[in-house]
Formats: sequence, structure tokens, C-alpha cells
Amino acid sequence: MERNTAIVKKSAGVKRKTARFKEFAWEKSIAVLGSISIVILALIFLFLVKDGIPLFRHVGVAEFLFGNTWRPISEPPVFGILPLIAGSIIVTLAAAAMSVPMGVGCAIYIAEIADPRAKEFLKVVVELIAGIPSVVLGFIGVLTLAPFVQEMFDLPTGLTAFTGAVVLAFMAVPTIATISEDAIYSVPREYREASLAMGATRWQTIYKVIIPASSSGILAASLLGVGRVIGETMVVMMVCGNAPVIPNTIFQPVRTMTATIAAEMGETVHGGDHYMALFAVGLALFAISFAINAAASGAVRRRGAGA
Amino acid sequence: MKRALALTIACVAAIALAAGCSRPEGAKTASQGVSGSIQIKGSDTMVNLTQALAEKYMATNPDASVAVTGGGSGTGIAAMINGTTDIAESSRAIKEKELEAAAANGISPKEFLVGYDGLAVVVHPDNPVSELTLPQLKDIFTGKITNWKEFGGPDAGIVVLSREVNSGTHVYFKEHVLNEGDSKGTEEFVRTALLMPSSQAIADETAKNRNTIGYYGMAYISEKQKAVKIVNENGEAVSPTLENVVAKKYPVSRPLFMYTRGEPAGVTKSFMDFVFSAEGQNIVKELGFVPVKM
Repeated sequence: MERNTAIVKKSAGVKRKTARFKEFAWEKSIAVLGSISIVILALIFLFLVKDGIPLFRHVGVAEFLFGNTWRPISEPPVFGILPLIAGSIIVTLAAAAMSVPMGVGCAIYIAEIADPRAKEFLKVVVELIAGIPSVVLGFIGVLTLAPFVQEMFDLPTGLTAFTGAVVLAFMAVPTIATISEDAIYSVPREYREASLAMGATRWQTIYKVIIPASSSGILAASLLGVGRVIGETMVVMMVCGNAPVIPNTIFQPVRTMTATIAAEMGETVHGGDHYMALFAVGLALFAISFAINAAASGAVRRRGAGA
Repeated sequence: MKRALALTIACVAAIALAAGCSRPEGAKTASQGVSGSIQIKGSDTMVNLTQALAEKYMATNPDASVAVTGGGSGTGIAAMINGTTDIAESSRAIKEKELEAAAANGISPKEFLVGYDGLAVVVHPDNPVSELTLPQLKDIFTGKITNWKEFGGPDAGIVVLSREVNSGTHVYFKEHVLNEGDSKGTEEFVRTALLMPSSQAIADETAKNRNTIGYYGMAYISEKQKAVKIVNENGEAVSPTLENVVAKKYPVSRPLFMYTRGEPAGVTKSFMDFVFSAEGQNIVKELGFVPVKM
């Protein structure tokens, strides 16, 4: 041990130089890796634009975005994606309404209330749920949840936006719970101790101190969950019924943008109108998720500044 | 989704590897035959049939490998045009537009009629409706009639199930039932029709839901669904059975095609020859379709 220390001391100067070089190398390579992801993102965007934009030579932008009929293989084809946008939005909102309270509640319980053994067990279970492939959840949704929903609400069919939202909420909960839990852990212990010392109960501490202190993390977690939901394809294709109509209620079938792309992409001939229309749908989807992410980071920054 | 994809790729790779390793031994024993591998893609209606044909074919030609995937007729034809498959299975004839696209890619597809399929219209077994005319089917699937009581059934809304737009079955049904055979017709499926990703998905939903009506190739009929008798032009109500399709009594039957990229050669040719051999046509019959040579 002593000998080692001596060597370290002797070569400290050399070490420092190599350390500086290493530091430099690491910094640069991380910068390169970081910019690669930006470049890839830009390329994806360009790719979507290249194959999607030519559609608007034949179809008006307003007609595309606000048309309420989607008949891609009819003669002449009609590309109106309003029902698809409506489908994606209604499923996403409903799934968010279910998964955010559940996920955040789960995180609070794991981080603040559960005893250590329950905590370990729950964390493993939540991680396991996150690992279930979405197609398996879709399968369960079709075989068990859809008939149940149909019977419970006395519907003509159980393949509805609601059914899809329930399955998607189940998928989003682990994301929301794990990240919210991290946010709650990162609240300094002094906050808790101060609150409890002032005579606040545990519950008062949770909702007056801990949640506000970790709110930006919880918001980020929720939006990540929502991001997963809006991009999910397999589940919605299997359980939402895929009828391209604007629903009056959540208990009607919907067709989402993602399911449309997945179901129809294989059929199209490269470079055809239908092919370009699907890319344009992808572009619209990209714009929507970009808006959500921008709103999220804006909100997080504002809150961060406020706190 | 990504994980599932990765898993699939890993499985396929493993199988390919295993198949690749076992091949040399087979090669020694098999003196005759062709070698190489081909891809077949397309109609979900035909995927089980093609799979069975491919397995039998590979058993006698151990040096050749045939990979079969579904996805829909349009998917298969698009893949052939885009050059990613050797044979496209299709439950509808190739469209003018697709021929143009193929020509633009320098491909002249060759058509093979391999069999016929009756399209069954199915309802839940508890549904009292057991006989419908073609105009009635048209009214149901275009959404003009939306309640089962119109046909003597219960007072319940009709849930129309259709295949996705990439399906040859969808296109055939639209042309021949909704538009009475006019390929330029303008009748469309009712917009509230649920678009199901596969024939099996329609079969499953019909088995579970009393209000549904759907359609698919008659090979998918089981006791969990009830195939409705359809009234033909002579006024007979006919069930979708092999005999009725052969006798041309059943009004909703369609040809099944395979398309090759140009004149077939190598494994593709040898496989097509097998499809039209007595053994191949017998497999067509065993799987619930009507062979072209009997």
C-alpha cells in the first residue's frame, strides 16, 4: 500500500498531464456523441420533409390537416388527417389522465411511505411492468379488457379509445413512477425534517413541501410518459378499433396517427401519393411531439427559475 | 416495440444460422434439386397456405429455402415492386397503378392463378340472422342499415368489421360486394367500420362480440363464428363451402394469385412448379381453398 502511494506521488506530474489529456479527450468525444444525436434528429426531420412535403403539390395543407375523411386507397384518394389527429389526442389525454395520478401516487408511496421491504419489492415490480413488450399488453387488451369494457359500459364494441387509453396508461405508469420517484428522492432531507419539526403531519409534508419541491421533476416524468403514449403503435392498433372517425365520446373506436402509419406503410408503393401522405402524417406527429417536449422543457425551466 | 423487433430479428438470425449450419449435411444426401433462398410475401389469406407449400417443398428440396411472411396483398405486391421479395401472394389481381410502378422499376410481374377462395361473411353464433342477400350486405357494410332488428335480429347496433386497406380481401369485398363488381364504383365502407389488422383479429372479435359482422377467407371459419348463407343470383341461399365454391354457386369467391418478378427462374421456378404439381394442389385443397387443377 505504502509503496503504491510513493509511486503515485513520484509520477504525480505525469499523471496530471495524462489526466488533463484524458479530460480533453473525454470532453471532445462526449461533445461529438452529443452532436451526433442532434445530427440524426435533423436527418430524421429532413427525411420526413423530403418524402412528406411533395404531397402538398396535389393536396392542400388545410385540406390535409382539417379534412375529416381518410380514404387513402379510394379513387380519387382523400387524405384528411383530422380524425387521426383527434384519435391520437383523445387516446393520449385519456391515458395521461389515468397514468399521471397513478404514477405520481406510486412514486410518492415508494419514496415516502413504504417501509424498506415493501419499497424494494414495489420497485422491482414497477421495473418488471416497464419490461412487458407492448404487443403482449395489446394481446391482453384485446382478449380480456375489450370484452370487459364492452359489457361494463354496454357498448356495441369493446375496441374503443377508452380501452386503448387504459392499456397505454398501464404502460406509462412505470416511466412516470420511476422518474417521479427520483425527483422526490432528490428533495433535500432538511426540507422534510424542517417541515416535520414545525409540526406538520406526514401527509402535509408530502403535499405542501415534497410535491412542490419536486414538481419540475414530476412534470418532466409525466411528459415523458405522455411522450411514450403518443408514440405507441402496437397497442392502439390492436385495441382501438382503427375506425377513422372523429369520436363523440371516449367509448368509440378511434384510429391514431401511429396505427395508420404502421398499418398502411407496407401497402404503399415508394413515391406514391399514399406513401407521401403517410410521411406527412409522420411529420405532423413529429410536430406534435416536438410541441409537447418544447412545452415541457419550457415549463420545467420556468418552475426551476421560480423555485 | 423496439425490444420486440430486436427479439424477432435475433430469432430470425438464430433460425437462419441453425438452418445454414444444418444445410451442408443435407446437400450431400440430395443430389437433385436447386439451391438458394427466396422470399414470399403478401396476402394474409394465403399465408398459411404458402407456409404449408413452402414446408413441403423444402422437405423435398433441402438445398432451397423459402421464407414466407404475410402483411397483406398490397404489401406483397409493393414489396415485389420495390424488389424486396421474389414472389408476391395476392388475393386480388394486380392494379393498373401497381403495374405502372413495376414498369417504372423495370419489373414485369408474371401472374399465376393458384386457387380460389370463398369469402365468408361471419356473425356471432348467437346471432339469429343466418341468411343475407348481396344488396343487404351492401347496405350493412356501407352503413345504410345499422341495426340488427332490420333483419329479424335483436335491437342492437351492427358493428362492422373490415380488414385494413392493405388487404386484398378488403379491396375485393369493396369492389365485389359494395360496388357490385364495378372496380370504378364509389361506394365505400362505412366510416365507423373497425379496421382490423388481420383475418384472425376479425375471427376473434366476431367470436366474442354478438353485434359484429365481418368477412374473411373461408379457411378461417371455425365453430366460434357463424358463416352467413348468401343468396346467389338464382335465389338460392348458399353456404361458403368448398363444394359450393367449386360449383360456382357461392357468389362471393375470388381468385388467389402469385406474382413473380418477371419470368421465374431457379428456386422461384422450381417452387412455382411445385405449387402446380398434384401434391401442391392437394395442399391447396387441404387448407380449405379451391385448387385450379383437380
